Amino acid sequence: MAIARRAALATMRSLITPEGVDLQIKLADAGTRAAAFLLDVVFIATAAITVTIVALFGVTGFGTDKLQPLFIVWIIAIFFLRNVYFIAFEAGRRASTPGKRIIGVRVASRNGAGLSVDQVIARNLMREIEVFLPLSIIAGRSGMGVADTLTTVFGLVWALLFALFPLFNRDRLRIGDLLAGTWVVEAPKRTLMEDLSARKDPVARTFQFSHAQLDAYGIAELHKLEEVLRRDDYFALRAVAETIGRKIGSTPQAHDARPFLTAYYGDLRAHLERKLLLGKRKEDKHQR
Amino acid sequence: MTAPVPGDVRRGDAVRQSLASFRREREADWKAFEALLARVEKRAPRTLSEEELLSLPLLYRSALSSLSVARATSLDSALIAYLESLSLRGYFYLYGARRGLRQRVGDFFLHDWPGAIRELWRETLVSVALMFVGIGAGAWLVASDKGWFDAIIPSGLAAGRGPDASAELLRSMLYDGDNGFLSGFAAYLFTHNVQVAILAFALGFAFAVPTVLLMLFNGCMLGALFQVYWAKGLGMELGGWLAIHGTTELFAIAVAGAAGMRIGTRIAFPGELTRMTAAAHAGRIAATAMVGVSIMLLFAGLLEGIGRQTITSDVTRYAIGSGMLALWIGYFYLFQVVRNGDR
Repeated sequence: MAIARRAALATMRSLITPEGVDLQIKLADAGTRAAAFLLDVVFIATAAITVTIVALFGVTGFGTDKLQPLFIVWIIAIFFLRNVYFIAFEAGRRASTPGKRIIGVRVASRNGAGLSVDQVIARNLMREIEVFLPLSIIAGRSGMGVADTLTTVFGLVWALLFALFPLFNRDRLRIGDLLAGTWVVEAPKRTLMEDLSARKDPVARTFQFSHAQLDAYGIAELHKLEEVLRRDDYFALRAVAETIGRKIGSTPQAHDARPFLTAYYGDLRAHLERKLLLGKRKEDKHQR
Repeated sequence: MTAPVPGDVRRGDAVRQSLASFRREREADWKAFEALLARVEKRAPRTLSEEELLSLPLLYRSALSSLSVARATSLDSALIAYLESLSLRGYFYLYGARRGLRQRVGDFFLHDWPGAIRELWRETLVSVALMFVGIGAGAWLVASDKGWFDAIIPSGLAAGRGPDASAELLRSMLYDGDNGFLSGFAAYLFTHNVQVAILAFALGFAFAVPTVLLMLFNGCMLGALFQVYWAKGLGMELGGWLAIHGTTELFAIAVAGAAGMRIGTRIAFPGELTRMTAAAHAGRIAATAMVGVSIMLLFAGLLEGIGRQTITSDVTRYAIGSGMLALWIGYFYLFQVVRNGDR
């Protein structure tokens, strides 16, 4: 668990607002960003195919004398999809493309100031060498027959070098981010969840815990317990109730797992929060 | 609580009560802020009433202070996560410092674009020089051995033009405007040229080496073509054919190359800044220049696709070409001087 926590801390960066509060932003990891990019690629490809089909229908419908305006519309639409899609969305108020929005990340300026349009443009123009150039090298091999195996290998190495670039630096920057002074941070939309310790559960009231029983765990365990309670999975609840019961020497009935944990969570939290107010932060169960 | 309990344990209840009331009292503010944020993120702030607009920063500060309190006193991680995400959204919105679209476009044409190009003057000179070196080299190579022509210009692009083509064929290519596909051709040329320009820019990242090669090669192709026409006594005519759009297009490509070189050289020689900051500075200037480049290429595409096919007089072609060049140079380099003089 310590390793997991250290890994999570490695992607945390402090962002201190002018009001002096550290907002603790979390950088999006490479997998998240790849997923967002793939979603965008799917959207772009779908739009491109739709535009092409509509254009083809237009040609058969209007006849070839309307070929020219249709061709212009088509070529401009494809151009916009390739170059303007990312820029237009990221320059918007939410600083994220539809793919990023679904995944819950956004682009932000590394220095904490507002994201400007030239930054968005710089980071997206670099996509040309990160994605489109290697693709066209590989496509060119089959198309023109001029490239031999060596150039294809070179193209692939190039592509991998740029595609994997975010893995080689601490801030998970791709080349475009590096040049634009931006990074991609997690900005999920969260809803306010219920306060678990305010839960009214008649069965839970029957459980009472002694001081020693509440001293068995710390904040890290409390947060795990909160997670389990919010997930509300019957078997997980039972397993956790058994473990806690064994540790604090009180065995609840199997069907009482949820109320037991609710009661224990409420009391443990109140206990630890009281300690917190008194200036003692008990991080986990090992801390005395 | 029905059963009497040992005092020590139930002392926690007082804390629980005060935290519950903290949440109860602040919750309405958070919800209001969240709803307001959702609205301004979707639609323009114009749709808010004056009162709502004024309440936005107040609600933001209230959310921030709630976050500080919650972090210090509460162990409800869902609550803290909610407040963190809410504050972050608010922060990004309020400190995003966005100008209106109209003002931004105005600034771009008045300051940012010419400013970025002026900033890149040294690199622009280098890339123009490289192009001329390329032209010289291409012409010299083809003059010394005809075989070079096929090596320099791909057969698809040459379309029958070559050292062995007859003068009539070469001439007809310069003045034959009747292909009935003009504006479509212009649109194609525009998108193609922008892609080449973006490539020249993006390749600069590799310490500018590929950009330099691209500039040289571009010049080589021009030089090779020029040599073929010159040998048949059609040099002046080809000049007109190229000049009408070429002054704009080649200038744009040179600026794109300059933008790429700026990035490459700043990464190689960051000076007093850190490499990352230097790259970020260069990237922003270069990106502004690149938007300008695509606007220039739009003009070039229109001139090439429509103007060149319909205007077949050499004099007019030269006049338009040099006029455009004068226009660009005046706009980029002289405009600022005049405005400063007015101030």
